Amino acid sequence: MTTMTMLLLIVGCMVVTWLPRMLPFLVVRTVTLPPIVLRWLQYIPVCILSALVFETIFQVEERFVTINWLHAVALVPTFVVAIWTKSLSLTVVVGVVTMACLRIII
Amino acid sequence: MMEQTVQTSDTFMQGVRDCIPTLLGYISIGLAFGVVGMASHLTVFEVFLLSALVYAGSAQFIFCGLYVAGAPMSVIIITVFVVNLRHLLMSLTVAPYLTHYSPLRSVGFGTLLTDETFGVAVTKLAKEKRLGGNWMDGLNVTAYVVWVASCTAGAVVGAYIPSAEQFGLDFALVAMFAALLVLNLQATKKEKLMHYVTLCGIVALLLYGLLYILPSHLAVLASTLIGATIGVMRDT
Repeated sequence: MTTMTMLLLIVGCMVVTWLPRMLPFLVVRTVTLPPIVLRWLQYIPVCILSALVFETIFQVEERFVTINWLHAVALVPTFVVAIWTKSLSLTVVVGVVTMACLRIII
Repeated sequence: MMEQTVQTSDTFMQGVRDCIPTLLGYISIGLAFGVVGMASHLTVFEVFLLSALVYAGSAQFIFCGLYVAGAPMSVIIITVFVVNLRHLLMSLTVAPYLTHYSPLRSVGFGTLLTDETFGVAVTKLAKEKRLGGNWMDGLNVTAYVVWVASCTAGAVVGAYIPSAEQFGLDFALVAMFAALLVLNLQATKKEKLMHYVTLCGIVALLLYGLLYILPSHLAVLASTLIGATIGVMRDT
């Protein structure tokens, strides 16, 4: 069942992903962003992707933030394949297989 | 023979043809997203809605990650917004070449802009110095249809995979982010690579520290915003 909350959530995400890519096409004739803002935006993808990857190798315990070794170990071959092949799909397959193998071993 | 740039025709079909090399990417990521969506306790219909309405690869993956972690609605929407802010940059780059079309068509061009169609469009711009509206529509619509179909197909397949975690499928999301991070780093200029890699390390440290005082989804957002600011400040 798709709840009202889920629908609102998806519509909310639709609006915030639609406006940034649509609005420039309407306002480009009159407004240009300051260069400093454009430079800041360029750093967003790498920063957020780093944060999302590192988030999975940190785990919050009672008093300390520790390393999730299972994820940390699985990321090694994942990164190697990503750098080596530059292929998204192959990286995902290797990551998934590595994680499945690690779970069988442990 | 006179030297001149090769101009391809501004037709919908030429746009469709130029989209074909990117389709494997859309299909594999779309299928992966469908599977991840099901593993994140979404329904097939919700996966379809997300891909048809949000239409943004990394934002959809992040949506799943935050949703399954139980993040509040406001955090999911703000994070998705920040993740996709890069499209503002891409739109700003492409839009000046398509100003001679009606406002409605301009809205259409922008609505269907993605990382990949942006990539194809700027490659076209580099070769031919111009963009055509019909070509743009052909490119955009092809990408959109293939994306929504792939995501939905992935969800249907994912529904028949009993325990996703057992097969390591929950890790597909993490592996995808890792791959996207590597691809983003490889796309940067050589002399800037160390700057970016250092920034990844700074973000990791920021995140680690922030996890002591913030829930993880807010720590991700805060470390990204601070990290990008540090990136600009270290930039020379």
